[in-house]
Amino acid sequence: MNEIIITTVAVTGISAIFALLLTLAERTIGNYGEVKLVINEEKEYTVEGGSSLLSTLIEEKIFIPSACGGKGTCGYCKVKVLEGGGPVLATEIPFMTEEELADHVRLSCQCKVKEDIKIEIPEELFNVKEFEAQVEELEDMTAEIKRLRVRLPEGEEISFKPGQFIQLMAPKYEGNDEEVYRAYSIASSPLDKNHIELFIGYVPNGICTTYVHKHLKIGDKVKINGPYGDFYFNNDNDREIILVAAGTGIAPIISILKYMKTYDIKRKATFYFGAKTPDDLFLLDFFKDLEETLYDFKYVPTLTRTTEEHNWQGETGRVNNAIDKYLENGENKEAYLCGNMRMIETMVGALVEKGLAEELIYFDKFD
Amino acid sequence: MIELNPFIIFFAAIFTNNMIFSNFLGMCSYIAVSKEIPTSLGLGQAVTFVLTFTTIINYLIYHYILVPLNLDYLRFIVFIISIAAFVQLLEMIVERYLPNLYYALGIFLPLITVNCAILGVSLFMIIRKYNFLQSIGFSIGSGIGWTLAIVALAGIRQKLKNASVPKGLEGPGITLIITGLMALAFIGFSGIVQIQ
Repeated sequence: MNEIIITTVAVTGISAIFALLLTLAERTIGNYGEVKLVINEEKEYTVEGGSSLLSTLIEEKIFIPSACGGKGTCGYCKVKVLEGGGPVLATEIPFMTEEELADHVRLSCQCKVKEDIKIEIPEELFNVKEFEAQVEELEDMTAEIKRLRVRLPEGEEISFKPGQFIQLMAPKYEGNDEEVYRAYSIASSPLDKNHIELFIGYVPNGICTTYVHKHLKIGDKVKINGPYGDFYFNNDNDREIILVAAGTGIAPIISILKYMKTYDIKRKATFYFGAKTPDDLFLLDFFKDLEETLYDFKYVPTLTRTTEEHNWQGETGRVNNAIDKYLENGENKEAYLCGNMRMIETMVGALVEKGLAEELIYFDKFD
Repeated sequence: MIELNPFIIFFAAIFTNNMIFSNFLGMCSYIAVSKEIPTSLGLGQAVTFVLTFTTIINYLIYHYILVPLNLDYLRFIVFIISIAAFVQLLEMIVERYLPNLYYALGIFLPLITVNCAILGVSLFMIIRKYNFLQSIGFSIGSGIGWTLAIVALAGIRQKLKNASVPKGLEGPGITLIITGLMALAFIGFSGIVQIQ
């Protein structure tokens, strides 16, 4: 009995001494006091020093895109640090190109705020907000893709451009012991400022996709922040539009089409959608309706794996085959592509070959 | 136990009783961070630094708290706590007062908390009944030995980038085989001096 008590007291005592020491150290050594944070030479904040630039900015309600939650593994949270960030750390170098290093770009999750600091971030990041939204609809579109519609809290609004993305947080759940953010393109119309719609494909062992597909239920609360991204629809011209997507890359295209419908934009548009079998096609009524109501719209689904049983009448092969068939030349046209790396690369090649100007091909690449 | 000169223990810990090559301790960071010489040298320095200080602290805790209270069976848990706490504290101090050192080693410090070579040195020091000076010699030597091992491996791995390794052996597989061969070479020293 005595032994048990002495053991407990000794372990607790030793731990308590260390805990006390650490707390004292945190208060004294780890306390950098208040420092000045200047953003884009105009906005000035007084912040508590000592933590990473990323979390300091989050404290000030400025959200930098970050998928890993500040562990230095995704390389998304890049900002320009003009003054007072210390030298670039070895953990950041793998994510940087030589131009970025010369340009004072840093990973904001690795760079610590210990002295007055001057940074530069894209103006639109001030527009990024965090929301605690509620799941309103969750529906299977195909065996692998779910449509998720969430409602923002009463009185809160999100303004985004069609094509941009938000980040969805996957909380801790059984089998996942860390909070992570993942980026998904918005599929809802920018005019519906109180809702966000996403298309989420199932990736085996994917932290966020497993969360959405296996754990999320209608009525649950989810954390999102956004909008982000420089892939969005430009309506400052009257060029013909070529839209290309595969899989969940359909989301930003849908947002663009909804936007075009609401504003009755009179530009010719063709949407090439790549999938494997007819079972992978969805929202067919939506596109049929658009073909009738939009100014001049055509939906071209292209399937790679059709069999006799499918009795498929439409296009087959990869999307570039359909482009070859339907697109005569690339003059006075612009293209919006969304999908995986390989598809984007082949499509950009195919479109440039057709004569599209490379700077008029906008794309959003997935990993 | 023969009274060994701390300097002999120091050299023995580097060559004949290398933590990695004779005890296979501290393997996780040894394999993970040995892709390039500069980074592995940084990690090696940080390990040496932490190893030396935690061994001193653990020596004092063991001989002045645990032994008098007859609690030496608690050494595993207490050493783990003291290493973790010390690394935290050290990180804060280095970050604040030695920024240059922090930029060179700081990012490796959290990695070291879970490096088993550190706990290993503290435990060996007790099993082998080292006195204070011998413990210091042993810890610094073990740290330098660990650094030597990881830097040598990083050098080999840099060359290995141009070699065609069979698919199934890429990465950790070939690294472990190399480590085995290096261990064979180091064991060649082991007749020179015995410290255990």
